[in-house]
Amino acid sequence: MTFGHEHRPLSQRLTRLALWVITILVLTYLIAPLLVIVPLSFSSSAFLNYPIPSFSLRWYEDFFSSPDWRLAIWNSLLVGSISALLATSLGTLAALGLNRANFPFKRVVTAFFISPLVVPVIILAVGTYFFFAPLRLTGTYTGIILAHTTLAIPFVIITVGATLSSFDENLVRAAFSLGAHPVRVFFKVILPLVLPGVVSGAVIAFATSLDEVVMILFLGGPEQNTIPRQMFNGIKYYLSPTITAVATVLIVVSILILGLVGLLRRHMQKLRAADVEH
Amino acid sequence: MTEVHILSRQLHRSNRPRHLASFALVLPLFAFLVFSYGFPIGTMLWQAVSDKEVGIALPNTVAALASWDGKTLPDEKVFRALAADIKKARADETLAPAARRLNYDVSGFREVLFRTARRPPPANTASVKDYIIGIDSAWSNPNYWGAIRNAAGPASLYYLLSAIDLRTNPVGSIIAKPNDSSIFIDIFVRTFEMSLIVTLICVALGFPVAYLLTSLPARLAYPLLVLVLVPFWTSLLVRTAAWVVLLQNRGIVNHALIDLHILSEPTALIYNRLGVYVAMTHILLPYFILPLYSVMKGISPNYMRAAASLGARPIRAFIKVYLPQCASGITAGCLLVFTVAIGFYITPALVGGAADQMISYYIAFYTNTAANWGLACALSVWLLLATFVLYFLYGRLVGGVAGPVT
Amino acid sequence: MMSTLPRYIALAAVAAFVTSAASARDLTVVSWGGAVQKAQSTAFLEPFAQESKAPLRQASWEGGIGILRAKVQSGNADWDVVEVESDELAIGCEENLYEKLDWSKIGGKDIYFPQAVNPCGVGALLYSFVLAYDPAKVKDAPKNWADFYDLKKFPGKRALRSGPKLTLETALMADGVAPADVYKVLGTEEGVNRAFKKLDTIKPNIIWWQTGQKPVELLASGEVAMTGVFNGRITAAKKAGKVFNMVWNQSMFTWDSWVILKGSPNVDAAYKLLNYMSDASRQAKQMSMLANGTSNKQSIAMVDAKDAADLPSAPDNAAHAMEVSAQFWLDNFDKLSDRFTKWVAQ
Repeated sequence: MTFGHEHRPLSQRLTRLALWVITILVLTYLIAPLLVIVPLSFSSSAFLNYPIPSFSLRWYEDFFSSPDWRLAIWNSLLVGSISALLATSLGTLAALGLNRANFPFKRVVTAFFISPLVVPVIILAVGTYFFFAPLRLTGTYTGIILAHTTLAIPFVIITVGATLSSFDENLVRAAFSLGAHPVRVFFKVILPLVLPGVVSGAVIAFATSLDEVVMILFLGGPEQNTIPRQMFNGIKYYLSPTITAVATVLIVVSILILGLVGLLRRHMQKLRAADVEH
Repeated sequence: MTEVHILSRQLHRSNRPRHLASFALVLPLFAFLVFSYGFPIGTMLWQAVSDKEVGIALPNTVAALASWDGKTLPDEKVFRALAADIKKARADETLAPAARRLNYDVSGFREVLFRTARRPPPANTASVKDYIIGIDSAWSNPNYWGAIRNAAGPASLYYLLSAIDLRTNPVGSIIAKPNDSSIFIDIFVRTFEMSLIVTLICVALGFPVAYLLTSLPARLAYPLLVLVLVPFWTSLLVRTAAWVVLLQNRGIVNHALIDLHILSEPTALIYNRLGVYVAMTHILLPYFILPLYSVMKGISPNYMRAAASLGARPIRAFIKVYLPQCASGITAGCLLVFTVAIGFYITPALVGGAADQMISYYIAFYTNTAANWGLACALSVWLLLATFVLYFLYGRLVGGVAGPVT
Repeated sequence: MMSTLPRYIALAAVAAFVTSAASARDLTVVSWGGAVQKAQSTAFLEPFAQESKAPLRQASWEGGIGILRAKVQSGNADWDVVEVESDELAIGCEENLYEKLDWSKIGGKDIYFPQAVNPCGVGALLYSFVLAYDPAKVKDAPKNWADFYDLKKFPGKRALRSGPKLTLETALMADGVAPADVYKVLGTEEGVNRAFKKLDTIKPNIIWWQTGQKPVELLASGEVAMTGVFNGRITAAKKAGKVFNMVWNQSMFTWDSWVILKGSPNVDAAYKLLNYMSDASRQAKQMSMLANGTSNKQSIAMVDAKDAADLPSAPDNAAHAMEVSAQFWLDNFDKLSDRFTKWVAQ
């Protein structure tokens, strides 16, 4: 909302100043907690406070060497990658199917696929717990992977769906008309075009699993402790400085994920722009 | 037949395998979600109405009570059925679940039932009725018998009613629970109230930010947007942990306030409502700012210029021209924040006190700690209903159910 | 290239099922976390795992018979050996949640104190619920629960255990009920009302804790100046350099027990562990780290006089103590727990 730089009345300049002040305060509020926790993780002190007596990596050492945390890291990576893989595979295929012309009940089916995002996680966790318990799926990796895949699927459907909405069906038709085998068409024509969306979907699916704690609290046994669950216990029972080291690592991971998704989006936009030019 | 007709029919025929192919692509995910999502929700709905324990443990008592008027004391026949049922149920290990179910309805019933079970009537007891009432006078209270009859099962509205502080009395009418045992309406109200307050704070803080960011050139706006995006992408637990570190009694904020001589001793900033609002707003604010920003980005500044050139004062132009255009964005943002907020569990659990917990906390409590699964599911049903109503409204406003995926 | 994606899917599915199928689960032992579990771990669990060369997994909980009901009834007992409180022992035994113990496998009943012997459980710890405070934070030393409830003499926050058990008792003693009469009064409707009324007077000033280690942290962080707490935790904190005091007057002692959850796939290993933990010298080792009594009659003789003085059974400590009534809580826990949950949420 710029009105150019012609001389504005005082009241408008004051409004503008107030807007800046509020914005800076709000942005500080949003970012400060993250900035505060990072230096603490490098403190040699066991007290979570400033000033920091001296630099130390002991909390990182604890994070990467204590058996509990190591198990949690391993579990998070295992559950996150398998459920991201599952969600991305199933979600991409379904998004392709839904994107085809005149798919019947498209709206309803899409709404069903996206609805796990809408339902409060606690409700899904309770339902899954009661459904899985008699099947002996609680306290197993399988159960948690299934649950995390369910939570991640909406994100894959949305990201891949967004890529596909600008996807030119004619390319597929052309490939078919040249007599290409469907599987070949998929890997040679479709996949390269939607790959950025698929990778974003996979990354977001992984991030969803990496941040998930409610399902784990309900479904996980002691052997399936993940990083978020271990953090939950830490915050609830004893806030050790190791938590700040874990938090710092996770902040870095989330910035990397944000950057990656941003890059992919830019890449897609370029592709789209190139498409338009053709 | 014209050529066009032939062509269209061929096209139709060639579309059939394409339909099949579409189905084949969608089917795996559909089947997966039916299993891992549809069945769990179905199980949850079924658990909310399933009420079979008492019918299994005390089948004869339930049958004998069918003709009971709900006011007077049941006759000897019912008492004899009860004694026989209890004996068998204890041997079959079905008594404990039934006792627990009855205890939910009438506090203290579990103990009454087990006390009675420990002293079965001797074979030649003349009046089992007098004998059992002799063990525990509770058996002369119609309320206890009403609880048994209302729990005949195999399904009932008991848990769904309980979850909104209602119960069925011995004569079968639905009444409000006594004050000292009604709790959930208050908690639903609290959940909505807290969510509403967080939503309003989000509007108050988020609107100016989105407004200013929209008006800035990209080279300034994008770096500032990153400051919104980074917390948005950061793990909820990381942010909650950060707030605990900041706000606890010997935490950084208290420390700073004392060093600055604003406070003389630490004040409680956490494990109370204030802490919950601070942390929840922090988590939900990006949900408001990001969609509103994209809506505002789409509003052409030309309208405001036009209004100004027609002589409207800035405030008037803002209210009459600008606000209506972003109203749908604000409403959608509010609904989104509110809907996500009513499902919050982790953050209030970690930074709130006993009186700051929202409905999700009680769902978890009744699932994992109290093991009153019917009630946990009934609370879930009401929460789910509220969520769906809100999302329906949201969908009407923005024409889809997708949340922000930025 | 052509079949990469399907292959990945198959791989993912196989990996998921293999990892879950491989879970012929390790023996899982559940205790109360913090200093208690640390001592148990050092004295029993770690050496047992090493000697038996079988992996052992530990978890912590914060009590609640509902959790055990949920685990056993859902057919999903992912815990094997659990340390339970006396009322949980009684209720769970009545509801068949635990294995009935075969005493011949764990040395016979005679080696244990009679209070540590129950059809479903063997004594784990004898401990006391005491009033503890940070002397730097209070002007006078509190002497009893009446002081704990006195906001005029002791302003500020204090902490209690979330739940009716041990809380209602303190309220009645604070209201002038003699320790010997507490359960008689609490058995009546008026007594319960009286306890909640007394609690109302300090409700805004209470921080509720769930896990045993939390009150120690609340004291250490200055969040509260005094708290109700289990004695072993405070002694452990004192050994670690904290300056806290305990009030043994009007303290409440009780036994925790080890039980084996019904449906455990590791019953044999569980018995081996219980048998291992019955050894007197190992128990004495635990007592040197944790000021709580243990089950073997011989163990107490092997403890230093200095450590023995910290035990709940030491004459000075036991003189003005009362026993928590398992029978009372067996009969009343559900009812009072409902009422407490509602009261605390209001």
